[in-house]
Amino acid sequence: MTDPAPANPSRRAPASQQAQVLPAPANAAAIGGSVSLTINGTALKVPLGTTILEAARTAGIQIPTLCHHPDLCIAGVCRICCVEVEGQRTLQAACAYPVTAPIKVSTHTRKVRQARRHVLDLLLSEHFGECYACGRNLNCELQSLARDYGVDGFRFGHPERPRFPIDRSSYSVVRDRDKCILCRRCVRTCIDLQEVGTLEVLGRSDRSRIGTFLEKPLGGVVCINCGQCINRCPTGALRANDPTDEVWAAIQDPAKHVVIQTAPSPRAAIGECFGLPPGRALTLELNTALRLCGFDKVFDTNFAADLTIMEETTELLLRLREALAGRAAALPQFSSCSPGWVKYLEHFHPDYLPHLSTAKSPQQMFGAVIKTWYAHQHGLAPRDIVTVALMPCSAKKFECNRPEMDASGFKDVDYGLTTRELAKMISETGLDLVHLPKSDFDAPFGTATGSGVIFGATGGVMEAALRTLLELVTGEPVEDLYRHADITPVRGFEGIKHLELTLPRVGPVPALLAPLFTDWDWLKGATLKLAVAHGTANARRVMEDIQRGGPFSRCHFIEFMGCPGGCLGGGGQPIPTSPAIRQARADAIYQEDSSYPIRKSHENPDVQKLYREFLTEGPCGPLSHRLLHTRYTARGRYIE
Amino acid sequence: MSAIPTFSAQVPEAGLRAALALDRAGILAVIAASGLRGRGGAGFPTSVKWNLAASAQAGRKFMVCNADEGEPGTFKDRVILMDHPGLVFEGMTIAAKAIGAREGILFLRGEYAYLRGGLEQALARRRDQGLLGPDILGSGLGFDLRIFMGAGAYICGEETALIECLEGFRGEPRNRPPFPVDTGFLGCPTVVNNVETLAWAACILDRGAAWFRSSGTVPSSGRKLFSVSGDCARPGVYELPLGITVAELLREVGGEGAKAVQIGGAAGQCAPAREFGRTLAFEDIPTGGSVIVFGPQRDMLEVLRNFLEFFIDESCGQCTPCRLGNPKLLEGVERLRAGRCSMAYLNELRALGETMQVASKCGLGQSSPNAFLSIVDHFRDEIMGRNAVPARAQAKAGR
Amino acid sequence: MLMTERDRLAAEIKALGLRFGLDRTSLVPILLEIKRSYHRIDSYAMQVTAELLGIHPVEVHSVVSFYHFLGDRPQGRFVLRLCRTISCDMQGKDRVMRQLENDLGIRFGETTEDGAFTLEWANCMGMCDQGPALLVNDRILTRVTPEAVHDLLQDCRSTVGAHAAESRQGPRS
Repeated sequence: MTDPAPANPSRRAPASQQAQVLPAPANAAAIGGSVSLTINGTALKVPLGTTILEAARTAGIQIPTLCHHPDLCIAGVCRICCVEVEGQRTLQAACAYPVTAPIKVSTHTRKVRQARRHVLDLLLSEHFGECYACGRNLNCELQSLARDYGVDGFRFGHPERPRFPIDRSSYSVVRDRDKCILCRRCVRTCIDLQEVGTLEVLGRSDRSRIGTFLEKPLGGVVCINCGQCINRCPTGALRANDPTDEVWAAIQDPAKHVVIQTAPSPRAAIGECFGLPPGRALTLELNTALRLCGFDKVFDTNFAADLTIMEETTELLLRLREALAGRAAALPQFSSCSPGWVKYLEHFHPDYLPHLSTAKSPQQMFGAVIKTWYAHQHGLAPRDIVTVALMPCSAKKFECNRPEMDASGFKDVDYGLTTRELAKMISETGLDLVHLPKSDFDAPFGTATGSGVIFGATGGVMEAALRTLLELVTGEPVEDLYRHADITPVRGFEGIKHLELTLPRVGPVPALLAPLFTDWDWLKGATLKLAVAHGTANARRVMEDIQRGGPFSRCHFIEFMGCPGGCLGGGGQPIPTSPAIRQARADAIYQEDSSYPIRKSHENPDVQKLYREFLTEGPCGPLSHRLLHTRYTARGRYIE
Repeated sequence: MSAIPTFSAQVPEAGLRAALALDRAGILAVIAASGLRGRGGAGFPTSVKWNLAASAQAGRKFMVCNADEGEPGTFKDRVILMDHPGLVFEGMTIAAKAIGAREGILFLRGEYAYLRGGLEQALARRRDQGLLGPDILGSGLGFDLRIFMGAGAYICGEETALIECLEGFRGEPRNRPPFPVDTGFLGCPTVVNNVETLAWAACILDRGAAWFRSSGTVPSSGRKLFSVSGDCARPGVYELPLGITVAELLREVGGEGAKAVQIGGAAGQCAPAREFGRTLAFEDIPTGGSVIVFGPQRDMLEVLRNFLEFFIDESCGQCTPCRLGNPKLLEGVERLRAGRCSMAYLNELRALGETMQVASKCGLGQSSPNAFLSIVDHFRDEIMGRNAVPARAQAKAGR
Repeated sequence: MLMTERDRLAAEIKALGLRFGLDRTSLVPILLEIKRSYHRIDSYAMQVTAELLGIHPVEVHSVVSFYHFLGDRPQGRFVLRLCRTISCDMQGKDRVMRQLENDLGIRFGETTEDGAFTLEWANCMGMCDQGPALLVNDRILTRVTPEAVHDLLQDCRSTVGAHAAESRQGPRS
């Protein structure tokens, strides 16, 4: 499937933020495909066009960087990566200089070391704050470089007091201008990577600053809360809105019954906050830790993910029935569990809101169920329940504060807690998370399926939905169509994936869906057209294709995730992020999926029980609609 | 009283006609033989630039004239555009033929908007006369150009920042390599030349490389326009051979008795009296032509302050050394004015200046410390241990 | 049709887009024209321009805030820019500065109450041999003296209005 039409050429990074793009030689070993150079006397051979920085890395030589980031285009503005190239009077930025001819590079001459120190001294002369009092203490790139390059004094001074108020207007993202070093990673993230366009450099010279349109507070401009800027900020200038004090207060309030639901992506990544390499899930150790922290119950968001699949797949079947009967239907149906994506659509394409599934996200479904059915079952007053959600996501903080998220009569989810914030709470308890004994989730929401786990990766919602849809419609196991129920065509980090799936047969309608469907005959031989997009830049491409009436407009179901990589790359995940890190987290998630005995949402016994005992009219029935479905707000992009 | 004898005597379109009779290689050979170097200040060999662009394989190429003259003390391009615009357009057309460009842009600084009317009229006349258009003078060469107005930014005099402005971005210089001759405006090979360079190119095609070489020095051939201002009897634009000494120039302009001369603008060097024997040439004191004469009454620290305030205002702000380093240098100047700067800190600032010269992303940050270093070094007696400047006399020009 | 000020502005911006081209290379020319016509580039203008060229409003704001001749503060009908670089400084720009401030009753960076005059600083404007130099909108004045300031301001005031006298043009050099 070819990509949709190329993006509007107006939207690209300014060339001042790019390095030369040399076409990668097909055969680097061919004559002219590679180039020799020496770095500190060590001879290397690299493909033509490799930057000095990359070349050095292949030789295990570290060159410091600040504005450089593996996910982003090159900036070349911080100048800390400057190195000496023989024959050139000026130092060259290693991150931006492509090697096209044999050169001799020196990375720690007197001039280079002096320049590095000066860059750090200059940045520190403007950087207000003590490391002790900063949320990025010991995970700050400026701090690490200051240590690595022997900063032991403020050669050019250090601010005594802050110059700017901290912007706390957003539920999700907090901006502290005093810590900004103008590396512009956030700008490149927001404009180039996500194409949302909230942050840019304003002003000029030493009055330059990162700002929003008209320098309005972040909560008042078009920001989708995806937090990708937070993940890439090298210092504490961008942080998530941290509710840990409130969560501690709830835990330590004897009158409150505090439950926490944990999502798969944080579980796959929290080890990174404790020194583990990415890719080791600590799900069961985390359960123990959470109880020791004082949470009354520990639930698995996967349960709610399975619930979401039941509701959303049923909704899709209802829309398909309308469409295949020649009646109007809001197709393609868009997934709705990514609050960053939802807000993106509300701002940029509000006329397409009817396409969004009305199903809530797993987090919000869970909150509604806990403060109704669970409360009732356990004789608890809903007002005494505090629901906390451990999420990889910064936008979930906004989501749980959406006014319509009160189906229970109370705020369904009280706090969205990020992976990083929970790591901090665990540190406060002194627990050795990695070596804690494993323990299970609590009933009645303790059974998980593989389908729920894979929500954390791009393509996961689609795969989970397909596993259920195929079995419910064909009546045959998914393993007949896809080995081990692994629907690999929707997996992986390709920006936009497209899949066509012809139903091989139809079977009887399962009892659960009997209230809505009498048969599946109308699906006989149907070919489902499906797509998966992650990151809002890809979402934009798909939306523009839909607007043009292109191939994506003929899809039936499209999974959209606001963050590159899916939730595992969310704005609440451990910092730093990189393609390799996200790949490792994805591997952990799919491995966890494989290890589960139950791998399909509709087979989750806890979910089946919920429908039997509570949501008795079945998915998309009246009670489901009241508790588990939601509505959206057309926001547009105009700012007064 | 600005007179440019060579340009005034130049027969209109003689250079263009000579170029049209040559092929691309022929034009490039003439420019190479002449040794013409960029007249905007950088002194880059024009033939090298044109050759690189000429050999680039691309369907679309651009010839851009940099009329964003903004270096303090420089006004020669203004005079050329007022009195000899045809020569500039001629040079652009010759360059376009040499490199294979069909489109040209004259980037005119916003402050020169009053020149625009005259320039547009000159262009209209050229089109009427077949000197611009799809078939110039029946030669088959197609070339035309438009005027693009700048919006008030000295940094757009830097060629990659200029291109950024053309593309609708902030005037922030790019990472180099790649260079504009390879990847320029809209990613196409682009030659950016100074106004004066193009005017000389037109003269050279008419009068020959040997004529050009008969003036100047071996590394710095030809004649150059100098913009002279400050404490001298006869400020104005002068056409002089490269390689003259500072003393000789001072005699021409009536500036004998000067304490110091700033050559090359705020980005250049400050030569004290004992260096007036040095020459104005790329191999000695390089310059885009700006010469500012300081009489004995001038306070060199105030001069330095003026320059640093200029750079701070005009810095684009993207790179750390320039954005944060220039204010530190200015702060040092303020301390010196107050008589409160230790030698140790002054040496720190000197080291910072040296770092800025090699680590800044573009020529602005690389050269803003030049004035600081040369004035601090050459006028030690004037700057150390001063009495604080009385508040009344502090006529602060706000930023 | 109820045509508002905004409708007019939006129509004008659209026309500028058609004239210069509907891509980002038109951004600076369009903004200069808006500034020239309206003496300010406000939030609505920036958003309409962004929409027209397919870029984000904050990118327009970024460009507007970068260039001296753009800027998002409203300015007066006459923008007076006085050069403060060394050659004009040596030729007495301070006295001209003070006289301008005296006669207009505002400081540099400010605009008069009636919206007629804005005082701005400029950096070297290429009139170093004939300073002090003063740019009045697109008109350059040289060898400006404090005494000449009053006449200059009167001259500007007299050019306002449908039947105003033609202003004296051209550089005096």
